[in-house]
Amino acid sequence: MKILVCISNVPDTTTKIKFTDNNTAFDQAGVQWIINPWDELALTRALDIKDAQAGMVEEITVINVGLAATEPTIRKALAIGADKGIRINAEPKDAFTVASQLADVISKESFDIILCGIESSDSNGNNVGGMLSELLDMPSVSSVSHFDIKDGKVELKREIDGGQETVSTPIPFVGIVQKGIAKEPRIPSMRGIMGARTKPLQVIEAIQTETLTEFATYDLPKPKAACKKIDPDNVKELVQLLHNEAKVI
Amino acid sequence: MSVLVYTENWDGKFKKLSFELVSFACEIAKTLNTNVVALSIGKVNDDELNKLGTYGASKILNVQNENLINLNNQAYTSVLAQAAAKEGATLIVFAHNNTGKAIAPRLSVRLKAGLATGVLALPSNFQPFTIAKKVFTAKAIANVVIKTPVSIVTLLQNAFGVFETPVAASIEAFNPEIKDNELKTEVKDVNKVSGKILLTDAEIVVSGGRGMKGPENWGSIEELATLLGAGTACSRPVSDEGWRPHEEHTGQTGKILAPNLYIACGISGAIQHLGGISGSKCIVAINKDPDAPIFEAADYGIVGDVLKVLPEMITAVKELKGN
Ligand SMILES: Cc1cc2nc3c(=O)[nH]c(=O)nc-3n(C[C@H](O)[C@H](O)[C@H](O)COP(=O)(O)OP(=O)(O)OC[C@H]3O[C@@H](n4cnc5c(N)ncnc54)[C@H](O)[C@@H]3O)c2cc1C
Repeated sequence: MKILVCISNVPDTTTKIKFTDNNTAFDQAGVQWIINPWDELALTRALDIKDAQAGMVEEITVINVGLAATEPTIRKALAIGADKGIRINAEPKDAFTVASQLADVISKESFDIILCGIESSDSNGNNVGGMLSELLDMPSVSSVSHFDIKDGKVELKREIDGGQETVSTPIPFVGIVQKGIAKEPRIPSMRGIMGARTKPLQVIEAIQTETLTEFATYDLPKPKAACKKIDPDNVKELVQLLHNEAKVI
Repeated sequence: MSVLVYTENWDGKFKKLSFELVSFACEIAKTLNTNVVALSIGKVNDDELNKLGTYGASKILNVQNENLINLNNQAYTSVLAQAAAKEGATLIVFAHNNTGKAIAPRLSVRLKAGLATGVLALPSNFQPFTIAKKVFTAKAIANVVIKTPVSIVTLLQNAFGVFETPVAASIEAFNPEIKDNELKTEVKDVNKVSGKILLTDAEIVVSGGRGMKGPENWGSIEELATLLGAGTACSRPVSDEGWRPHEEHTGQTGKILAPNLYIACGISGAIQHLGGISGSKCIVAINKDPDAPIFEAADYGIVGDVLKVLPEMITAVKELKGN
């Protein structure tokens, strides 16, 4: 089987978020870029399956829609263990553009399992995986916390509100993964990092697409009032305040 | 023209979340001078369906179909698309939960309708449709403009609230066409946790971090939660260590919660944790380190040993409830 992992290039999760141009653009100055945490876990799970079932998984490809500056992130995915990388040379303007670019490339290839993270940590969209599956007219399973290949069939665990379902799906399909899919992301080894330099990274020119949405302006959350400190010897006062002042209990 | 709302049910019952969606849709429909149509899939009796009218739904499309007992992303998308066409919906509203996240993006492509997910307030403008959502894991808010004639949004739970606007609702059986090739995924087994308060539904959450020292100390968190009718949550290392189940993990890579009250016990308040709780109306922090970042996010704080503070809090809550 051939697995494709869609990866998004996002600011490190500890980045202090700032905006420029009258709050219309994210300030990229000094930002460290990483593989979106969910996508990194999806890749980790794909590699785990490949290692556990030799011969079952033929090849793992990672794909990113981004300008040349995202290549270090793709190389990191190669260092972690992906076999090849693809970059579609386009600015990821909105989720629909990204999904359209991905769908165009994917429809010309033959991937069996296409994995996306449930959201990217910048736009918090939960969009691309679902949109992609619809554009490709493929089944999708979302909120996936585990999956396995058994006798050539894919079985997944899907989180629902208040529980979990076991779902089976034919291939090809789009799996949208979340917490649980892998415990910790794989760390690239020295050998992996060396090897990544020579692994294929194909650049594909973008097609014409449209956007359906635009992030017009950004706001930072209002600063919070200072925390009211209560004496640890007077816990009763806290409970009184929660009852009488905050009125939450 | 109409505002279409997907109202999910759990074993034939709606939850606060469904009523919140209808309340939200109703407020928008008032501005647009149109009406709210709710869509329900699955076995729900008329009494329960009529409850949606209390919050402003004037029409309820009732879909009963053997093939739609469990969520199937493709088939549900078809149902919503057909309902949207039939009702001339210009806005479609989902919850920002597992189901909403599964269907809304597919529907966005099917209808070529722009999608804003995890929105947290009413639209700030209708020409063009502009609405606020959290980005950068709650570190910022983006004002998203939807450029298409039809808009889709998923509403963050507890962001709007529940408001009654009683109208007489008509219930209409709706039989959308489902094609065989839309039924490719199959649910083999359902495993539901019952009896516990669902974390995302909880008005109050008591949450423990590594400062709780070990799973053996969770008795006081559970006792306080029971007293307050609260759900229990935890930080990531706590679930990674296996002290608590994974469903409790809260934060950027876990659950996003917006309760009225969040009590953080022995949690440092790392930025990734705060991403999951910053929507809380009131945050209480108990931490022995006065410089812990959780105090910057908190409304009330106690600098002290959580293992000593919790039992005293339990006593004080018991006294309060006794009165
Ligand atoms: C990509 C990424 C994603 C992440 N996602 C999440 C996420 O979703 N959710 C999440 O929670 N974390 C997440 N993390 C981890 C996060 O960075 C922190 O490591 C984690 O939140 C810390 O958990 P904690 O507060 O329980 O533990 P610690 O940071 O160890 O803090 C424990 C706190 O307890 C206090 N304490 C100790 N003893 C006592 C006592 N007796 N009484 C009172 N206080 C005491 C200490 O002062 C300390 O502040 C993520 C990290 C990364 C890199």
